[in-house]
Amino acid sequence: MREMIKLFVIVAIFSTIAGGVLAAINEATKDRIELQELAFVRGPAINNILSGCSNNPLDDRFKLKDGKKEIDFFVGEFDGKRDTVAFETMGKGFGGDIGIMVAYNLENDEIVGMAVTTHSESPGIGSRAQTDPSFSKQFKGMTINGKFAVKADGGDIDALSGATVTSRGVAAGVKESVDTYKRLKERILKKINA
Amino acid sequence: MAKSVAQEFTKGLWAEIPPFRLVLGLCPTLAMTKTLENGIGMGLATAFVLVCSNIIISLVKDVIPKKVRIACYIIVIATFVTVVQFLMQAFTYPLFLKLGVFLPLIVVNCIILGRAEAFAAKNGVISSFADGLGMGIGFTLSLTVLSTFREILGNGTLTFPFIGYSISNVLGPSFQPFTFLVEAPGAFVCLGLMLCIMNMLGKK
Repeated sequence: MREMIKLFVIVAIFSTIAGGVLAAINEATKDRIELQELAFVRGPAINNILSGCSNNPLDDRFKLKDGKKEIDFFVGEFDGKRDTVAFETMGKGFGGDIGIMVAYNLENDEIVGMAVTTHSESPGIGSRAQTDPSFSKQFKGMTINGKFAVKADGGDIDALSGATVTSRGVAAGVKESVDTYKRLKERILKKINA
Repeated sequence: MAKSVAQEFTKGLWAEIPPFRLVLGLCPTLAMTKTLENGIGMGLATAFVLVCSNIIISLVKDVIPKKVRIACYIIVIATFVTVVQFLMQAFTYPLFLKLGVFLPLIVVNCIILGRAEAFAAKNGVISSFADGLGMGIGFTLSLTVLSTFREILGNGTLTFPFIGYSISNVLGPSFQPFTFLVEAPGAFVCLGLMLCIMNMLGKK
């Protein structure tokens, strides 16, 4: 019995030290990791859908709380007006979560662009959701009252052939993004104009 | 017979070089040698974990009871792997994305647990450090050779990590890459050929 307790105590001490070390390193690298992630994962997607804007959306960003989640919003400036906002939501794909960045025009509630940030879909099949411009282009110009579902489900989106699950996941992610946009629009406007 | 510290270091570079002589850690060897960049990145990450875990384990080997030693080793190794993950995310994010799931899988890499159990748990700090460093560099060298071979023949390119310099047509513009070599079966074939060459060279 005594030996058992000794074993427990030693493993517990080891785990505690390990936990402490990791917490310290996590704290020290957290900000840098966020910047790197911004530059290499969300950055290309944002620059792609907000191409032609006159500011740097990666610097012009703010956070809003939506329930328990905290969402990053990136502001795009076109023709001197800060009227475009982009943020990321998640859709369920074939291999896991798909990160979807959607940009909206705040004046006419139109989708300015959509891009996939992260995914774990099959290379060459579902991954075309990220690489095939003709797929993501379909969302461009849709209003927030559009039917965000693939055509087989009665929506407006042409699914990628052979990648129906991925296409459904992206469409559902955009739908969620639109719902979030509708819910938060007032607060986004307040934040931008502040 | 006790070996000198220098011998502990150099054995990892040739006589017991992983994964060719010490046939352990084959999973990252097969999966992460498609390109030179991945190979070197994987090798260095493993080397770092190996050196750190060898040092710590040889320091605390007298405190750890025999019955829970594997659990304690895993805690030490997993901690350093997570440290590597944080550092890679903070400083070399694109490499972190490429290595993906194989980075956390270093925890179960047999080279590291094998060296902890077979060497660090029985030897002093300095020899364990030398052993870890030798094995780590040996592993990195092996992955470098294997990935250079696979990238040049399988893809026709060669990308040097960290400096970002790449050659697009190593073997001339008319060279048709053997795509087979950058796929999973090609990894087995390349590894087999390497083992074969190593055995021929080692034969007296």
